[in-house]
Amino acid sequence: MAKPSILSPFKAIRFLFHKPKTLRYPFEKKEPALRCRGFHLNDWGKCTGCGNCADICPNEAIVMIEIPEIEPKPGIKNERPRLDYGRCCYCGLCVDICPPGALRLSRDYFHIHFDTDTFTFVPKDQDNDNETFLPAEDYSILKASLSHRRKNYEGFTSDLDYALFEPERVSMPEVPAEERKMSFIEQVIGYNKAEAKKEAARCLECKLCEDACPAHLKISDYINAIYEDKPDESLKKIFEDNPIPAICGRICMKYCESACSLSIRGEALAIRWLKRYVSDSIADYKRALELKTPPPTGKKVAVIGAGPGGLSLAYFLVLKGHKAVVFDALDGGGGMLRIGPPSYRLPIESIDKDVNHIASLGVEFRFNVKIGTDVLFEDLLNDYDAVYLGIGTCLSRSTGVKNAEKCVLALDFLMDNKIGELAKVGKEVLVIGGGNVAMDVAREAIRLQQMQYPGEKTVTRTISLEDWDKLPATKEEIEESKEEGIEFNPAWGPKEVALDTEGKIKGLQCKKVKSVFDEMGRFNPSFHEDQEMFLDADMIIEAIGQGPDFSFIPEEMKKNMDFTERRKVKVDENGQTSLPKVFAGGDIVNLNLDAVTAIADAKAAAEGIDKLLVSNKTEVLKPSSTR
Amino acid sequence: MPQITEITKAGSQRELEMYFGPQHLGMVGNFSITLKVKGDRVLKATANPGYLHRGFEKLMEYRTWIKNFPLVCRINVVEPDSMEMIYAMGVEKLSGLEVPERGHYVRSIFLELARIGSHLFGLWAYANMLGFDTVAQWAMYHRDLVLDLFEELTGGRVYHIYIWPGGVRRDFPKGFKDKIVKTLHSIGSCVPDYDDTFFNNRLFYDRAHGIGRLSQEQAKKLGATGQTLRATGMKYDIRKVEPYAAYDRVEWEVPTREEGDAYSRVLVIRDEMIESVHMVFKLLDAMPDGPVYNRMPNPFKWKIPPGEAYVRCESSRGELGLYMVSNGGDKPYRAHFRTPSYTHGLIILEKALENASIADVGNTMISLYVVAPEIDR
Repeated sequence: MAKPSILSPFKAIRFLFHKPKTLRYPFEKKEPALRCRGFHLNDWGKCTGCGNCADICPNEAIVMIEIPEIEPKPGIKNERPRLDYGRCCYCGLCVDICPPGALRLSRDYFHIHFDTDTFTFVPKDQDNDNETFLPAEDYSILKASLSHRRKNYEGFTSDLDYALFEPERVSMPEVPAEERKMSFIEQVIGYNKAEAKKEAARCLECKLCEDACPAHLKISDYINAIYEDKPDESLKKIFEDNPIPAICGRICMKYCESACSLSIRGEALAIRWLKRYVSDSIADYKRALELKTPPPTGKKVAVIGAGPGGLSLAYFLVLKGHKAVVFDALDGGGGMLRIGPPSYRLPIESIDKDVNHIASLGVEFRFNVKIGTDVLFEDLLNDYDAVYLGIGTCLSRSTGVKNAEKCVLALDFLMDNKIGELAKVGKEVLVIGGGNVAMDVAREAIRLQQMQYPGEKTVTRTISLEDWDKLPATKEEIEESKEEGIEFNPAWGPKEVALDTEGKIKGLQCKKVKSVFDEMGRFNPSFHEDQEMFLDADMIIEAIGQGPDFSFIPEEMKKNMDFTERRKVKVDENGQTSLPKVFAGGDIVNLNLDAVTAIADAKAAAEGIDKLLVSNKTEVLKPSSTR
Repeated sequence: MPQITEITKAGSQRELEMYFGPQHLGMVGNFSITLKVKGDRVLKATANPGYLHRGFEKLMEYRTWIKNFPLVCRINVVEPDSMEMIYAMGVEKLSGLEVPERGHYVRSIFLELARIGSHLFGLWAYANMLGFDTVAQWAMYHRDLVLDLFEELTGGRVYHIYIWPGGVRRDFPKGFKDKIVKTLHSIGSCVPDYDDTFFNNRLFYDRAHGIGRLSQEQAKKLGATGQTLRATGMKYDIRKVEPYAAYDRVEWEVPTREEGDAYSRVLVIRDEMIESVHMVFKLLDAMPDGPVYNRMPNPFKWKIPPGEAYVRCESSRGELGLYMVSNGGDKPYRAHFRTPSYTHGLIILEKALENASIADVGNTMISLYVVAPEIDR
């Protein structure tokens, strides 16, 4: 450092002749940076109302308020965040946690008002609010406020690389396609403890899934118990609403995962696999659950069908002290799940684990008993205090084309493979149908071909009326089927089964589909009659859907039974049909046609039956709105 | 009737109690010093903090790990970034969270920019207090240029809320490297002007030279760190002693002076700014590509295993430490900050003011770079 001088400061005089550096605001403007953290923007179209922003806000500046104009849907709540700018510190954590990336910050930061109430407001963005967000020519800095903001003025926005949630799922170990198609080995191996904990740690606890689940399982709680390494707690939470976790942990339709807020920009939490992890990791449900059954009430309920609905109903009734007797024509529990889902998806042992537990609580099972032949329906009505129809749809439909009687029906094929002897398949199998059952059939057929014709050239094809984008099967099923080598022929309909001279199947004549549904939206396929195709096949399996079998109900009773327009059994909110003492649920009642909805129906019916039995009437007291 | 000269003579022999602050033009913030004076000599100075107690450390015990992140920076408005850094370091040490290599570089560059900004702010305070208004205005203008950089990088000018556990919150925007270089060049080119008008100004030299002198022994004994210690000739800098972020990846010098008075403290600050500018250039050159952030666990479920950690970094005023304990929960069980202004503002200040003239009280205090919000927390 030079010697301090008295004169050196005078050099600064030259700055008198420089242009001033000070910005003369507001005549000279300075644009905020592109990442400026100003007032909030919220895309109402993307916002799901999950409330994660409110949960993470360090200043409690965000509350979720109900917006009556928004129709709540599974996965979307009718709540939106409201900001209090007396509290907000503009940290932007709400932006980084927002799963859909709807909440952002803008570059606006002016608001001057005498009324402090104006400092709390519900943010929207320019797509939802044209009055507030103005184009540059209508915008004036002198009027700038929360209700006078600039268009296209995005600031700090969400970036998935820096998000506070983990968008990627812990990958599920699976048996590779080449290996699994050689046998009926279970495809999904299941999470181990570390993987399950890691996956459970992704849950943001917003509970959108719980609203979407037909049975409203306490998903957030049981996932958190897994994260905290308390599988017993987790199982208890699951059993509050679902007594068959080993089954549902494998084949549930997982409405929860479609609603999961993580699924919007990433992969949904693997809720189904986590449920499976809990049920698989606990060998003895009874010890873990410590269930206490109340003293018997002396009432008896006959449950027809040991499917998911029947099993659940029996479980819920036992917990209320009623005696449940479950009848089923098959040799074990599970109903359609016992025969439908192939062993590589749902092994018999997993079904039996859930069924045996329910049996151990005092539920009586009478297998191999067919109602209508072995036991009469009328007798059940006389001998029991209530009867529940959980019969499902157990009759395979046929296409009814020429020579269709030569084809194999899906359920027969599946049943043989699951609980009977493995079916003999052809070298060229053709499956008619594009739903999940058709995929099951095709994937079983390809396994049987590998087992029965090792090293030989075999092929399994499917045809379906629907085109690729409309295939009713789930995306996963389609992908896995493709991996295993199944050939798809979407948008083709069957015309005629071709036979050779000996009357054996030679192939299927197909015609191109024009449309599947008519203008009214009803199922009414139309075809291009001039476009045809012939598919070789020595075995054709029809998997185009199932229907219910009410033949066991006497005709005069059936006349009194009400049905809905969609040919479903009409029940009230208690699950009671128009017949006294008769309740129903599951596929014959709802349009979802899956296990978890059957469980939800059974839970409602259990409440209804309990009300009926306690009141000692033949009908539940308040027959209210029907569904 | 006694003569006026006699009254003043008698008055100069009387002991008086005087309050310096909290409302005083020379005061740095909500802080005060109670002075016992005789004539214009200070017999005893008693630091009197407590005007700015906001209960941060207690508040932190009630907030989850993530919710503390936007909170800690508010402890110190002058240089919030070292607060963010220390909290992130503490959480990383407790939880074992790793930071990617580029993240370390971005942190170092960011912290050095913050150091420059903070020193310019300190320069403004010092120059302003002594009446060097021109220099004060320049320092404020140049600090604003640094804040522009922060705004572009983080979206905030003062509270950046940028360094978080696992790295930093966003990578450099496009063209940001060039902007840093340009800004630092424009600030650096003014160093001769600052020298002429302030550091080499005889008026300033006379005001600051010999003021608040501490020997190295005294400084060490009283717990001085930062420029206060380095101005006594000791090369002590946490960035060298216990390197964190990317400070051990490039070559740089620790500037020191020998006299231990206010003037040498200011010169250390000056040299430090220049060294920081050079360091940023070197870090920018050496900076690797790659991610800047390893995702921290789900904030709603984040629990940190039981343990305790003491971490420290070199803030613009000296050693900043954080002692944090986790009992395995989702919040800190206890967090305690060791802030440089605590020792500088309470212990060293009282010592340095002994026998000072009243006119030098503010002068001494600011030369120690006391930041009141750090003392109270």
